[in-house]
Amino acid sequence: MTELLQHLVNGISLGTIYALIALGYTMVYGVLKLINFAHGDVYMVGAFAGYYVATALDVQQRPGPGKAVAVFLGAMVVTGALGFAIERLAYRPLRARPRLAALITAIGVSFLLEYGFQLPSLRNQGSSLLGLLPGWGLAVPGWLSSLVAALPVDFPPGPTPRFFPEPFERVDWTVLGVHVSNYDVVSFAVAVGFMVGLQLVVYRTKFGTAMRAVSFDARIAGLMGIPVNRVISGTFVLGSVLAGVAALLVAGSRPRIDPIMGLMPGLKAFVAAVLGGIGSVPGAMVGGLALGLGEEMVAGYTSSSFRDGIAFAMLILVLLLRPEGLFGRVTVEKV
Amino acid sequence: MTGRALLLLRPALPLIVAVPALWALQAVAPPYVSIFLIALGVNVILAVSLNVVNGFTGQFSIGHAAFMAVGAYTAAKITTALRDVQIAGLPVGISDAVVFAAALGAGMLLAAVAGLLVGVPSLRLRGDYLAIVTLGFGEIIRVIIENSSFLGGATGISGLPPDTNIVWTGLGVVATVVMARRLQTSTQGRALLAIREDEVAAEAMGVDTVGWKVRAFVISAAFAGLAGGLLVHKILLCTPRMFTFVKSFEVVVMVVLGGMGSISGSIFAAAGLTLALEWLRGLDQYRMVIYSLLLVVLMLVRPTGLFGTRELWDHLPRWLGGRRVDGRMP
Repeated sequence: MTELLQHLVNGISLGTIYALIALGYTMVYGVLKLINFAHGDVYMVGAFAGYYVATALDVQQRPGPGKAVAVFLGAMVVTGALGFAIERLAYRPLRARPRLAALITAIGVSFLLEYGFQLPSLRNQGSSLLGLLPGWGLAVPGWLSSLVAALPVDFPPGPTPRFFPEPFERVDWTVLGVHVSNYDVVSFAVAVGFMVGLQLVVYRTKFGTAMRAVSFDARIAGLMGIPVNRVISGTFVLGSVLAGVAALLVAGSRPRIDPIMGLMPGLKAFVAAVLGGIGSVPGAMVGGLALGLGEEMVAGYTSSSFRDGIAFAMLILVLLLRPEGLFGRVTVEKV
Repeated sequence: MTGRALLLLRPALPLIVAVPALWALQAVAPPYVSIFLIALGVNVILAVSLNVVNGFTGQFSIGHAAFMAVGAYTAAKITTALRDVQIAGLPVGISDAVVFAAALGAGMLLAAVAGLLVGVPSLRLRGDYLAIVTLGFGEIIRVIIENSSFLGGATGISGLPPDTNIVWTGLGVVATVVMARRLQTSTQGRALLAIREDEVAAEAMGVDTVGWKVRAFVISAAFAGLAGGLLVHKILLCTPRMFTFVKSFEVVVMVVLGGMGSISGSIFAAAGLTLALEWLRGLDQYRMVIYSLLLVVLMLVRPTGLFGTRELWDHLPRWLGGRRVDGRMP
């Protein structure tokens, strides 16, 4: 019984994270009919942005809840800006082209972020891109090298994993034999808060109405005077911010961060979005929770090496039995 | 010789030309050139076979390395198990060649089965799901291999017999290119092209879209398995790290760069990228960054790739073997 409860608690805390990431996939798919391949990497960038802010504020030595808020805000600003930039530079120019072009670009952006972040730090003069320039007969401008030398952190971070500092003291409680830490509670509360907030934005604000209209039919929405481009940008920013938040919530319990950390959570959150019905906001939440619980149960009662397989088994089942997902509408392709 | 006999000879022509040429090349090439040529040939096989799915059929798969791994491990298991076995009545060289050919064939078969297992659920849906699903499956297959003690876990299988040479690789390339070319101009290939151009219209015209997509996927997986089998019997080592999505991505870049749907484009891009990488060996850590930038810039500037859907041989003069197919190739 206690074991079941423990798995339930773990599953829900994992599921809320998947749900937050899945929301970004599903909202972007809703307005653009594009799977934003780079979403998992936005999540990764969020973790690193938080890490950099935390390092700059010296959270390691002098932690504090105020700094935690600052870390969150910093990560949200960075991921939001990144989402905006990706949409603007990579997806918008291709919107009139076949969908395959946008998909390929999305894959390219995703790998660019993953491997760009694995490059040697710019401060490392010998092996970084700047260090290579003189070898090709190009001079590095003086202002650039002094700027790089003044960088307070290693950027790009390189492939070695880093560890996220704890912004406040960890307290463990045991309720009915179930271990819960204050990080779990805070993380759950923040995740639910953001999801409720998103629900309000989507269904109660003018922007949300515009978003749903664009999702329904972008062309007609444009004819009705809705600024489609701005709505799409806004959707990307919103989804990316949620991914950044999710990354920081994960960092509370699993502090190890590295440039390819976004790959698996990204794939799994995509499965969660498909499970709930891609394009459906409540579907993403339910799908995320279902996936988190399912994963935790399977890993807990059988073997943890099946953990990563369960998401894909689930995906195959959904695709075979109910391809539109739990909350999705069956769409008929019209000519 | 009469015209009729020549006509009968025609299907065998690629082999009649290729085998002596490859033997000659094998005899004169120094070791490092031979390694490079084999790597190039393997990449050509990978790119052309992926083109069957990504180019002809318009379905975007990015898990090609997984099928390569299936073929490589199958072939490696068979050749290491039969290392000391000699078929009665055959000289050593021929016996080894028979075993190697059987191992490659088994690798292709199992890779095709893996392709079927992945393709059936994921190809029922529209193309953009396929990309993520194949990426996921690719990783899963690699994780399974890594956790299987039968396949050597993370250290893989070592001590493979050095069976692959330029002749085998060249024959693999010829087989793949001939397969792709024949497929492209056949009734079946037209079905694939129709799916790429407009899936709904193809279905309305009576094309069994799911069935043909799965078939294309299976064929493509089989040839990826061949490439895997060839590669590991040159470097004599078979580890899961050789078949990560980095490899899949490399093949995708080759196909997109050459032009999705163009066989000659894939060949050129595969050869060009292999050559460029050999040249930029010191920049290994920038490789993936260069690939992904290339992909994004290509999509923004020239989304059709270098060749589009055109083929080199459509533009050759007739006496060089150029022939325009009736009408333009779609």
